[in-house]
Amino acid sequence: MANFYTDNADLRHHLNHPMMRKIVELKERNFSDAEKFDYAPSNFEDAMDNYERVLEVVGDICGTTIAENAADVDHEGASCSGGRAHYAGPTVKNLEVCRQAGLMGMAMPRRLGGLNFPITPYIMAADIVSRADTGFENLWGLQDCAETLYEFGNEDQKQRFIPRVCEGETMSMDLTEPDAGSDLQSVMLKATQKEDGSWVLNGVKRFITNGDADIHLVLARSEEGTKDGRGLSMFVYDKRNGGVTVRRIENKMGIKGSPTCELVYKNAPAELVGSRRMGLIKYVMALMNGARLGIAAQSVGVSEIAYREALAYAKDRRQFGKAIIEFPAVAELIAVMKAKLDASRSLLYECARYVDLYKVLDDISKERTLTPEERAERKEFNRLADALTPMAKGMGSEYCNQNAYDCIQVHGGSGFMKDYACERIYRDARITSIYEGTTQLQVVAAIRHVTTGTYKQLIDSYAANEVRPELQSLKDRLAVLTEMYEKAVAAVVAVNNTAYTDFMARRMVEMAGNIVMAYLLLLDANRTESFTRSAQVYANLAASEVTRHAEFIHSFDPSQLDIYLAHE
Amino acid sequence: MSLNIIVLAKQVPDTRNVGKDAMKADGTINRAALPAIFNPEDLNALEQALRLKDANPGSTITVLTMGLPKAAEVIREAMYRGADGGIVLTDRALGGADTLATSYSLAQAVKKIGNYDIILGGRQAIDGDTAQVGPQIAEKLGIPQVTYAEEIVDLADGKVTVKRRLEHGIETVVAPLPCVVTVNGSAAECRPRNAKRLMKYKYAVSPSEMAALSDDRKAMVEARPYLKLNEWGADFVEADPQQIGFPGSPTKVKSVENVVFVAKEALHLDGADEAGIENLIKELITNHTIG
Repeated sequence: MANFYTDNADLRHHLNHPMMRKIVELKERNFSDAEKFDYAPSNFEDAMDNYERVLEVVGDICGTTIAENAADVDHEGASCSGGRAHYAGPTVKNLEVCRQAGLMGMAMPRRLGGLNFPITPYIMAADIVSRADTGFENLWGLQDCAETLYEFGNEDQKQRFIPRVCEGETMSMDLTEPDAGSDLQSVMLKATQKEDGSWVLNGVKRFITNGDADIHLVLARSEEGTKDGRGLSMFVYDKRNGGVTVRRIENKMGIKGSPTCELVYKNAPAELVGSRRMGLIKYVMALMNGARLGIAAQSVGVSEIAYREALAYAKDRRQFGKAIIEFPAVAELIAVMKAKLDASRSLLYECARYVDLYKVLDDISKERTLTPEERAERKEFNRLADALTPMAKGMGSEYCNQNAYDCIQVHGGSGFMKDYACERIYRDARITSIYEGTTQLQVVAAIRHVTTGTYKQLIDSYAANEVRPELQSLKDRLAVLTEMYEKAVAAVVAVNNTAYTDFMARRMVEMAGNIVMAYLLLLDANRTESFTRSAQVYANLAASEVTRHAEFIHSFDPSQLDIYLAHE
Repeated sequence: MSLNIIVLAKQVPDTRNVGKDAMKADGTINRAALPAIFNPEDLNALEQALRLKDANPGSTITVLTMGLPKAAEVIREAMYRGADGGIVLTDRALGGADTLATSYSLAQAVKKIGNYDIILGGRQAIDGDTAQVGPQIAEKLGIPQVTYAEEIVDLADGKVTVKRRLEHGIETVVAPLPCVVTVNGSAAECRPRNAKRLMKYKYAVSPSEMAALSDDRKAMVEARPYLKLNEWGADFVEADPQQIGFPGSPTKVKSVENVVFVAKEALHLDGADEAGIENLIKELITNHTIG
């Protein structure tokens, strides 16, 4: 009986990060819920014990039911008939088990039926679920939408909708339309206010993950005659009220268990969430940040399963009289897979902790006035979370694709056949670097933290830590890389041309990411010795990547930019 | 209609993934080397109980287990999954019991509980594999028994309809309540632990566990009565000392042999074409390897 939490000591290492004490104490408001709820913790240790125990339940369900169903779900896929989407049989079973285990609404407050978990253990559950069945993580992870309702909905909406999510009803975020993908400002779905003040929605949404969900958050144009993001508002639609049908579901390459729907809204009644015109500018931005963290977690889960499948095969498969892992070429593939996995996971949880900190301070600010010190902290944590989220999503998803590719490579010809899990992992991985903003768009979100110095500030804060003597030389190497990064950034900024900066943006963001992840692994190794190997392997990788990008930047003649921009 | 349901559960050594130190030199189980788990088919029985409770709101599920004081873990595990409470039947005098003494002791405990509509248990425990305790309890209580149950199809008007999984098919029977139903491993898997219940009941303790706690934890248990598990002894259930433990166990183990399976006959089937594969499948079904 596999347990995907207890069989992975790395997860416990990240859960027990020193910063958790502050997060938990803020989140639990000095453990005042213990008087009101019989399942609330009474102190920090009690809370941490709860997270561990619940993650063990997640690990158990994932290691048995969900992982065992994954191949069947992929094979059967979701279907569409009679205007509705239907999950594959085993998906229904997965959802039922998660509902019974009470794993929906994990991060919601207790008064609304949730577990009041911080983001960090919640994201860890997503990481575990994705390892078991990447496509199922989408359905499970859409409980994130409840977070947006909690942040921006009115009390009445919270009371009506959030307990239902905690009881296991599913959600969707209906943003994309045929002509509004990455560019959500072009959303045209029409919201019309009737004389009695209520709203109805009309139009079409496309590529909606879990689009036949019980509760939808919908981005719609409420201001007639407007054309940009400022005319968009957010609505909540309840499937019980009818008015939305599923026209078709997409036939996808991967994550086949998660139905991707085209939705037709015909006078569908809906409620406004928050203020008019703030739909895209404020609420969807918040929603997307949460979703991006979710995809970062999903990506790490993919990297994990890809690594494990490759490692198991390489130990088992014998050629030339020995297991293929004995060959340096294969051993290196596996070591680098593990290093990328560990690096992206460290970044994921670093990001999750800052998201936790700013969100909890934000939530507290609704109950009382924050002290000036707390306000400054909230602003700072928010900035760090904003900087780390696109990095974790962008690089984590690219790494999981690379790991899925290498997983097949380790399997050789067998990996190209449908007989092994690696081909499914490869197909499932592919979407992670596309949805919730492509890697290119993550770079757009991240680049200002290169130019304004957020990443450099983070790197400096990591570098300020003392490390064990045997790790010192590793740390010294990272200082050299940091210098190369700074010089490269300065060189790009000196050209003072927006198009040129855009052209070099991905290189600079990746350099920052390489260095941030290398430092995080160094600090992991400083705290838990077993990370030393990955810290070393990743430092080598980071050095070669940073050097390569620096070389490109310094030897590039800006006038060559036109060669790239020219098209027939 | 609310029901009083008793689930019989046993803490057993996990014999499913045994290492080489699983048996002692004398052929008995080396319990120290094997983790203690909830007997798998008792979990199937618990799921049937939970479904009855889902269908009949207000029902109560009481888990009854006999064993060492640490068997309280089985009660907690059942509570995480939805049981309301439980009783650990534990006493030095109960030790060394065979199925006769065990079923007597448990039947006495059931009588002490008194008010019950249905008793559910696993078909058999993975340590002894006797499948005798459930039926013997029914006999001692003088109530009907339904064995090899796969699903409780219906429970109404003082009767229970049960689907039984037998060697060559399925049989559906109706029994009057109260009765004992023993459940097969082929029945629905038990639902998982529930996060809220896990956090609520994780500090639940039996009196003997409570004695070892810190003062803080003791105070917490005192303040939350739902954290107190019942622990009963032989006297409390009014058991006859001659019918329990060693004195009540006529079974004597003469010797234990290590049986190694060897192939006596071999059958060669050519699997080069569809017909060959079909023959193989037929053969495997005939000798019950599959199907």
